[in-house]
Amino acid sequence: MSAVTIDQPQTPPSKTFRRRSKFERAISSLGFWRGLAGILVFLVLWEAAAYLKATLDFTIPFFGKLPAPTLVAAAAAEVVVQPGYWWSWVESFKRVLGGFIIAMILGIPFGLALAVNKYFRDVFFPPFEILRPIPPLAWVPASLIFWPTNEMSIIFVTFLGAFFTIVINVLGGARTIDVRYLRAAQSMGANQWHLFSRIILPGTLPSIFTGAAVGMGITWNVVLAAEMVSGGGSQAGGGLGFFIWSSYMGGSMEHIIVGMISIGIAGYLSSALIRWLGERTMPWQRAF
Amino acid sequence: MSAIAHESYAADTRPAGSRQPTGFGMVLYRAKKSFGSPTPYLMMFGIGLWLFAYWLLCEALSLPRFEKIPGPITILTDWLSASPNQGTSIYTPDYYQHIYVSCRRILVAFLLATALGVPLGLLMGWSRKVKEYTFPLFETLRPIPIMAWVPLAILMFAGYETPVIFLATLASFFATTLNTMLGVQSIDESYFRAAGCLGSRKRDVFWHVVVPGAMPYIFTGLQISIGVAWFSLVAAEMVSGDYGLGYLILSSYVNSVTVPMVIGMLTLGFVGWFSSAIVRFIGDRLMQWHVKALAMQGR
Amino acid sequence: MRPQDFSSGAVATKGAISIRNVTKIYDPDGAQVMAVDNCSMDIAPGEVCMIVGPSGCGKTTLLNAIAGFHSITEGEIILDGVTLCSPKQPLAGQSADRIVVFQNGALFPWKTLAENVAYGPMVQRRWPKAECLERARTALKEAGLGAVVDKYPGEVSSGMARRAEIVRALINDPKVLLLDEPYRAMDALTKQIMHEALLEMYDRTKVTIYFITHDLEEAIFLGDKVYVMTTRPCRVKKVIDINLPRPRDYTTLTTEAFRLLVKEADEAVHEEALKAFKAGEREMA
Repeated sequence: MSAVTIDQPQTPPSKTFRRRSKFERAISSLGFWRGLAGILVFLVLWEAAAYLKATLDFTIPFFGKLPAPTLVAAAAAEVVVQPGYWWSWVESFKRVLGGFIIAMILGIPFGLALAVNKYFRDVFFPPFEILRPIPPLAWVPASLIFWPTNEMSIIFVTFLGAFFTIVINVLGGARTIDVRYLRAAQSMGANQWHLFSRIILPGTLPSIFTGAAVGMGITWNVVLAAEMVSGGGSQAGGGLGFFIWSSYMGGSMEHIIVGMISIGIAGYLSSALIRWLGERTMPWQRAF
Repeated sequence: MSAIAHESYAADTRPAGSRQPTGFGMVLYRAKKSFGSPTPYLMMFGIGLWLFAYWLLCEALSLPRFEKIPGPITILTDWLSASPNQGTSIYTPDYYQHIYVSCRRILVAFLLATALGVPLGLLMGWSRKVKEYTFPLFETLRPIPIMAWVPLAILMFAGYETPVIFLATLASFFATTLNTMLGVQSIDESYFRAAGCLGSRKRDVFWHVVVPGAMPYIFTGLQISIGVAWFSLVAAEMVSGDYGLGYLILSSYVNSVTVPMVIGMLTLGFVGWFSSAIVRFIGDRLMQWHVKALAMQGR
Repeated sequence: MRPQDFSSGAVATKGAISIRNVTKIYDPDGAQVMAVDNCSMDIAPGEVCMIVGPSGCGKTTLLNAIAGFHSITEGEIILDGVTLCSPKQPLAGQSADRIVVFQNGALFPWKTLAENVAYGPMVQRRWPKAECLERARTALKEAGLGAVVDKYPGEVSSGMARRAEIVRALINDPKVLLLDEPYRAMDALTKQIMHEALLEMYDRTKVTIYFITHDLEEAIFLGDKVYVMTTRPCRVKKVIDINLPRPRDYTTLTTEAFRLLVKEADEAVHEEALKAFKAGEREMA
């Protein structure tokens, strides 16, 4: 697509949109069944693989060791009625949110400052770029040494994981704001504060939410890793990572998989939350 | 007729034409220009400031808690010393063994994930049916953080090597596949139509439109993918490993030697940055058209 | 279909399109929208047929039906005695005898101009690959693009890119060239140069041209026949024969005959534009 196109293609806009959304819904319903078929085939193959050992005395290398999905479901039914399981959800969510919110509070102003002021960027961006390629998990031992409690070190590493992503996204987003908007506002007599609060900040919002969504994924990884590496002892207060780790120590594959699914759901819920917040905060983005 | 001649002439005198200074001359010019501005000095000042603060907190003042972290001078002397106090420096063969093992694992995982992810992503983006059958399954597995796979991988695969490579491959596979698929979907419909009315068969469309059109996204995906590969490699090596930089970091922590731990972190940062620079370099070499178009837009 | 060197040919022998009572109804979820209503046209071989109508009137739908991108609901389209599409086979097959030049340009950005032009003959296995490239270079040089044959489309101006796209179409020796508002986003001065280049290429090849535009002066300057279309659903409102002598150049634009033709067509076009504008307002509300 060349950048010069201003006009809508061929058909009048409003009609096209209305029609297409219905059309897409019709298609997606077929797609929905196909997708379900895909998942079912996967489950059936998995189930079959697990029973090959018992029936044909043949184990598929690696994957044959997995317990059958029905066994996993049975284990899940057992686990979900225990309050301890739900407490590990709460623990993990507390850590994820704690690190994540601190990263947002520090990362957004830092990223905006980098974008707005050239001198600030020249001075503070290079050290940031030197530290950024170090994977957040590599910080775990150092932060365990530095912070007095396990809890604080977990939150610190979580914060680091999200911080770098958010800063980079905010910086990128703020620097791609169309100069015309700034000029238009200036020509209408906006002062520096208005330029910042009315144009730069809302203009950066989409990137903030993109960064937040990516950062959320990293955050979950880091929390799990920290919960596992820090020994996962009960003094660390459980958490879903510890749930998986203790199942691993107990050698129960079913429970490991239940834990994985729980974390998958938890991760999905948190990114859905961010998407929802994004749509609420940026109504103008919904048109796309 | 005369008008055509006019425009060709105009084309020849365009500043971005073939008369642009090339290669080395351009580098010299840019370097000269940039040293005239305050930027490089401010950058040096920034890094210096950061190192100074680090040194002040950890070594000069030895504030509580900070004293536990080795300062820049301690690290540097140990790193460069032939007989390091804490066992790891550029003279110890072990150090290179760790780097080598990690890089080998990354290379295997990255190549494996690319070999699987790019074709799958191309198919998913190109054929609606393939996407409808596979994408929901893909999206069901993707939200599970890679760390959650660690215990399962250790139980499923024997030894140290396979679980680590499996985890790194899995992480980069998701990133590569997703970006490749998005890349195919980002190709403007009119290129498919143009290829169709020029008499292409399906195969031609695939090789001349789908593959090159998705290339920019594929390489963005590969850059992300090598990043997450390092991320999960470190995690996996920390939990289960015999060698590798992640193992170096965790085992130093367990043995209460902090200097090799920081050396491991810094090395990891450098190697990770270097590997993604290689991917970017290859991408730019393969996509001259993309690089040049971006340059024309002044980006 | 034996390819001929298009620089020599000048007599039109092929490319007669007959559009008979074509109707197109988009039918998503039962909400029927009529885009084209009982449209008929007869285009002679080598004719430059200009379709003028307000934006979004459905004229692109007709072009897409000829090219084989969209199906039709009723009627038939015949090219040189061969039925392309009819209710029995609503979607025409795509083939290199009908080549589209797109609104926003569709030169492959990942191929140089020469590779782009060579692409058609290459995938059709007309000549060996090296010869395709050689001929592509020659064709580009003839079109005044000799200096940029090895540049990527992203490196050249939009005017040059569009010209190269026409060369890419013509090297396949098509029966019909379908142009979908190719000069829409260009400024008036560039547009004029593009027109003269197109006319010059037409005089060499005498290919049938089906050209969609909403610029009436462009239509009269380039065309043999101008079809003024109604706003949605698309019908033929008025057909104007353009008897201006060929070859034409920019001096044609100031002749009395040209002014009279513009005047004749303008009323019809304006009326439809007004209707389309009001319809647009209603839809938005």
